[in-house]
Amino acid sequence: MKLIGAIIEEIWGMFVDDGSLAVLSLLLIAIVTAAVKLLAFPAQWGGAALGVGCLMILAYSVHKAVQRD
Amino acid sequence: MISLTTILSTVTASFLASLVEVVEAFTIVLAVGLTQSWRPAFIGTGAALVVLAVLVLIFGPLLTLVPIEVLQFVVGVLLILFGMRWLRKAILRSVGVIALHDEAKAFAKETEALTRRANETRADWMAGIAAFKAVLLEGAEVVFIVIAVGATRGLTLYAGLGALAAFLLVMIVGLVVHRPLAKVPENTLKFVVGLMLTSFGIFWTGEGIGADWPGADLSLIGIFVIVTATAWVLTQRYAATPATQEGTAK
Repeated sequence: MKLIGAIIEEIWGMFVDDGSLAVLSLLLIAIVTAAVKLLAFPAQWGGAALGVGCLMILAYSVHKAVQRD
Repeated sequence: MISLTTILSTVTASFLASLVEVVEAFTIVLAVGLTQSWRPAFIGTGAALVVLAVLVLIFGPLLTLVPIEVLQFVVGVLLILFGMRWLRKAILRSVGVIALHDEAKAFAKETEALTRRANETRADWMAGIAAFKAVLLEGAEVVFIVIAVGATRGLTLYAGLGALAAFLLVMIVGLVVHRPLAKVPENTLKFVVGLMLTSFGIFWTGEGIGADWPGADLSLIGIFVIVTATAWVLTQRYAATPATQEGTAK
């Protein structure tokens, strides 16, 4: 059981380390996808927004970790 | 037609990411082999490789049933999460906010734990489980990386070859030096892989929502350059802050 728990924890840890980084990334992807698929936002611009958004989230997460240290 | 850029970036990403994981697994297997004996080390490793092979054989064919847009989107999202996590950690390690991963320390810790249990009746079993767990957990990450960077373009074979090359390289060097591969620049590798996987993630999630990137696959290079520039700026910005200087001095 401990081994299965460790495997699940490892798989979860592959994608989620700092919780807010993962949550904000998923939120960004959901907003961009909804804008493109539901509001006819141009997909090209959606891709660009995704790239810029991911980098802003990364910068925010690094900044927060440095401040916390 | 798949461009050479795509093939090379797939093989490189798979090779470098797998190198990081295989080195970590090798450290534990080596600790088991040297502290306990090679029998549980090899049995544990072999059993984990069999489990991984079964997982690949079960889930591999299922991927072909998923529509390509859905696959690109799902893999892209997972790669964004995985790649940004590695990139964030590599940036924070390079500016001194979190400690660098130390294979020699990991080896010493595992060796100490195994030595403490060496006289127990189930010591061989416990040592085998340690090897099994290390190879299975690190191997699961390798399987994910191979599928993630290879599946959306039908390049799983190339990605698999990249991972196999990393495995063989670590085994050959490990057998020669017979000690933990502490000199492997783990954080630099993690940094580069984080950059590559984040770029792949943005590219495929974009394709998954219908974006036709200018220059098609070549735009991967453009995304990689932008992600690299951002990471470099962050590293430069925070390397000089009082908080990180204190952190390094600690």
